[in-house]
Amino acid sequence: MDTLLQQLINGLTLGAVYALVALGYTMVYGIIGLINFAHGEVVMIGTMVAFTIIVSLAGSGMPPLLILSVGLLIAVVACMVLGWGLERVAYRPLRHAPRLTPLITAIGMSIVLQNVAMIIWGRNYITFPPMIEKQIYEVAGASFTNVQVAIVVLAALVMIGLTYLVQRTRMGMAMRATAQNQHVAQLMGVDIDRVIAMAFIIGSALGALAGCMVGSYYEIAHYQMGFMLGLKAFTAAVLGGIGNMAGAMAGGLLLGIIEALGAGYIGDLTGNFLGSHYQDIFAFMVLIVVLMFRPSGLFGERTGDRA
Amino acid sequence: MKDARIPGVLIVLAASVAMIGCGKKEEPKAAAPAPAAAPAPAPKPEIVVKIGHVAPLTGPIAHLGKDNENGARLAVDDANAKKLEIDGKLVKFELLGEDDQADPKTGTVVAQKLVDAKVAGVVGHLNSGTTIPASAIYNQAGLPQISPSATNPKYTQQGFNTTFRVMANDIQQGSVVGTYAVKDMGAKKVAIIDDRTAYGQGLADEVEKAAKAAGATIVAREFTTDKATDFKAILTKIKAKNPDVIFLGGMDAIGGPMLKQIKELGIKAKFTTGDGGCSPELIKLAAAASEGVICTQAGLPVDKLPNGQKFVEDFTKKYGQIQIYSPYSYDAVMVLIDAMKRANSVDPVKYLPEVGKTSYDGVTGKVEFDEKGDIKNGAITVFEIKDGKLVTLKSEGGTVAAAPAPAAAPAAAPAAAPAAAPEAKK
Repeated sequence: MDTLLQQLINGLTLGAVYALVALGYTMVYGIIGLINFAHGEVVMIGTMVAFTIIVSLAGSGMPPLLILSVGLLIAVVACMVLGWGLERVAYRPLRHAPRLTPLITAIGMSIVLQNVAMIIWGRNYITFPPMIEKQIYEVAGASFTNVQVAIVVLAALVMIGLTYLVQRTRMGMAMRATAQNQHVAQLMGVDIDRVIAMAFIIGSALGALAGCMVGSYYEIAHYQMGFMLGLKAFTAAVLGGIGNMAGAMAGGLLLGIIEALGAGYIGDLTGNFLGSHYQDIFAFMVLIVVLMFRPSGLFGERTGDRA
Repeated sequence: MKDARIPGVLIVLAASVAMIGCGKKEEPKAAAPAPAAAPAPAPKPEIVVKIGHVAPLTGPIAHLGKDNENGARLAVDDANAKKLEIDGKLVKFELLGEDDQADPKTGTVVAQKLVDAKVAGVVGHLNSGTTIPASAIYNQAGLPQISPSATNPKYTQQGFNTTFRVMANDIQQGSVVGTYAVKDMGAKKVAIIDDRTAYGQGLADEVEKAAKAAGATIVAREFTTDKATDFKAILTKIKAKNPDVIFLGGMDAIGGPMLKQIKELGIKAKFTTGDGGCSPELIKLAAAASEGVICTQAGLPVDKLPNGQKFVEDFTKKYGQIQIYSPYSYDAVMVLIDAMKRANSVDPVKYLPEVGKTSYDGVTGKVEFDEKGDIKNGAITVFEIKDGKLVTLKSEGGTVAAAPAPAAAPAAAPAAAPAAAPEAKK
């Protein structure tokens, strides 16, 4: 029982990070129907920027929590600029090009960003300085740290804030209108260039936040870390129904928990025939099964040719 | 007009490519007439011998790849400084360093690239997973290959006459770790994790065998990948089995974060790992969580390397801290060169038989190969991480070769000994 609880806690932390990254994919997809494969790299750049700021401020005598906040803030701003720049340079000129063109550009940008990061921050693993003293709590035999609590709480707050932004503000309304039909929205006076740029900016800010979470959770960063994280988050977005924000959140949490439970129990369930190396396969199996019965994901709706 | 310009450009390009191509190939011959024309006493004709080196220079274990490459580079520099003559010609060695990204597929691609570049021999690769598939390519080309760090036994068991290694293999290493965990650490229940690479899996299998033979039970056998960062799920499962010792067959890049997560989950078991995790990098990545880790290296500790002091000094001055296997890649290059000298030829066909007959006093000890190409009497050393340093617990096997210059030793010893001691602890 305590093992199950522990696995759920592991999965929840991982899932919260996936959910934040998945939101970045899903917002962009929902509005312009593009899978921004460079998003994982934006997350990585966020981690790296935060790392650089934190390391350079570490000796300045500022309180650790303040350093962490400053690092986080600068990383978020840097990623917002990066997200905006990506859209402006790589995607906007191709907005009316065939679907495949921006997709390939996205993969290209992902490779470019990875290599730029390799040049700037090197090839080695870098240790993310732990700014918060890790406290280990134990409840009913399962242990978790204050960092994990912070990750889950922060992720929840951000998701609530985002839902408010999209559902209750003028900008959100413009976003929803653009997602439904770009041309009609434009006729109604919505500045769709601005709306699309906002989707990238907000998505990248969430990515930077997720990157800092991953950094302080594993205390490690690497120029290739964004690739796998991005792939998993993309899977989570598809699982929940890509283009749907509630779907991305649910999909992220679900994927995290499925992974943890998969690794923890697949061996026992199959009598050690399948070991924990089938952890990823287990997650993707669930994805396939869900897509077989609900082709547009858990929360996805059939939306004509834009889906 | 426009049409005419393109062929013009092409011709220039083609010509320059051809010139570059020729320039490289003809280097040995082209170099000869030039000095001959000089009036001074005709210098010896010079030939360039390329030695290939392959290791992952990008990716999670790029630091280890760079370490190996730097070792080989230092050897090439030292050899060039000696101005060796083979077959009456002055030999200039050149190191062609390639990156295999620790990926078996890329490993075979770069192996072919080296063969096409007409290298005289290869030092590498770093990982067993890349070394084994690449060895077939070198074997076909008849190129001697010496790995400084691929410990999987299969590498030399393929019946090739071109495969060699300069450190002990995983059968020896696995049995030392497995037995040590049970006999010296008193483990009754052992949990084993591997990263599904040829190295990690092979070593973990050997540890499992040895631990079972010594009377322990294997309570969990879990798996991860060489690029993973989250191990909480498998560690939670292991925690439920309550082992005394956890063994990881994998590299330092996953060992570091794993150690931190072990601590966070409140697991009390002692952590052990093989040579892939036995590096200063592990200490850097795991920080305080690395305290008390037991690990092994397939070789003697740096401070016990018979001729190692000078190597340690030179290497540290030039490239910084030694990770694990740079002394071995240094020796691997030197063994190739030594075989060339004895065969009096840089042609792989002629000097390959000499590699097998090697008896060389290297910085890592005496290098002699058995009929398969494994090193004879390879050493295994057990370390413990104490106060953020790798401390030697014990060494098994290994020939401590007589220092080649004992006459110089007495004078140097008093000064060198205190200097070497703190160095070795790093």
